[in-house]
Amino acid sequence: MLLIHCPYCDETLPEAEFAYAGEAHIARPADPMATSDEEWRDYLFIRTNARGPHYERWRHVHGCGRFFNALRDTVSDRFLMTYKAGVPRPDLPATEDAQ
Amino acid sequence: MQVTVEELAPVARFSLRVRDKGVAAVGKALGLTLPGRIGERADRGDLAVLCLGPDEWLLTAPEEARAGIVADLAGIYARAPHSLTDISHREVGFRISGPAAATLLSMGCPRDLDRLAPGRGVRTLFDSASVILWRDGPDMFRMDVWRSFAPHVRSLLEIGQQELAAGL
Repeated sequence: MLLIHCPYCDETLPEAEFAYAGEAHIARPADPMATSDEEWRDYLFIRTNARGPHYERWRHVHGCGRFFNALRDTVSDRFLMTYKAGVPRPDLPATEDAQ
Repeated sequence: MQVTVEELAPVARFSLRVRDKGVAAVGKALGLTLPGRIGERADRGDLAVLCLGPDEWLLTAPEEARAGIVADLAGIYARAPHSLTDISHREVGFRISGPAAATLLSMGCPRDLDRLAPGRGVRTLFDSASVILWRDGPDMFRMDVWRSFAPHVRSLLEIGQQELAAGL
């Protein structure tokens, strides 16, 4: 079982307590009325489907209940870092071992 | 391996949501300091307050104290906006005690229970049910389970007890 560090609880806890919640850092268009159908489609449905490090949202649903962001390598399934929701997207850690 | 499971008498439970400046005022109205870290607990007499999230606390108290808590917090609502929800009937409490209590709980709970120090409590999983697990002592746990999940959790605990008794 994966162990995930919850940035709110500040504890590393089993994956069973968490739920995946899609790609992170997808901003809703500021003015939907002025958004074209294509832009709105992209906002709703088009995701990066990254092979490698992927910024994504998780929720500690059976715990503190908070959404937070994680950087996970989709190849190795390793969590490279987790950080609180609302924090700007951090840069990739310098090495693979940074956790 | 000794372990007993008993269903606890009903208590008053409240879900409290408050943030920022309101935290201190609500704590003062309750006569204690709301614990700031998730998993920490504060007690005043029979009243126990457990921090479940950054802005979420669980209050438990004897049923007689219910009206008093509601009145105390209603009095400060204008100064310290908060949400106090009575969830007494949502959950059923179990006490799991004895030298094998942690072993029994580890059958359904994915957490490392050795790292849950006595005097702390957390929301976690038991099998597929979301539960609130209090560790009252090294060999004494209390588990609050949503009412509809309680028969399922109870039967799993009974199976676990039988397995432990049989030395499995």
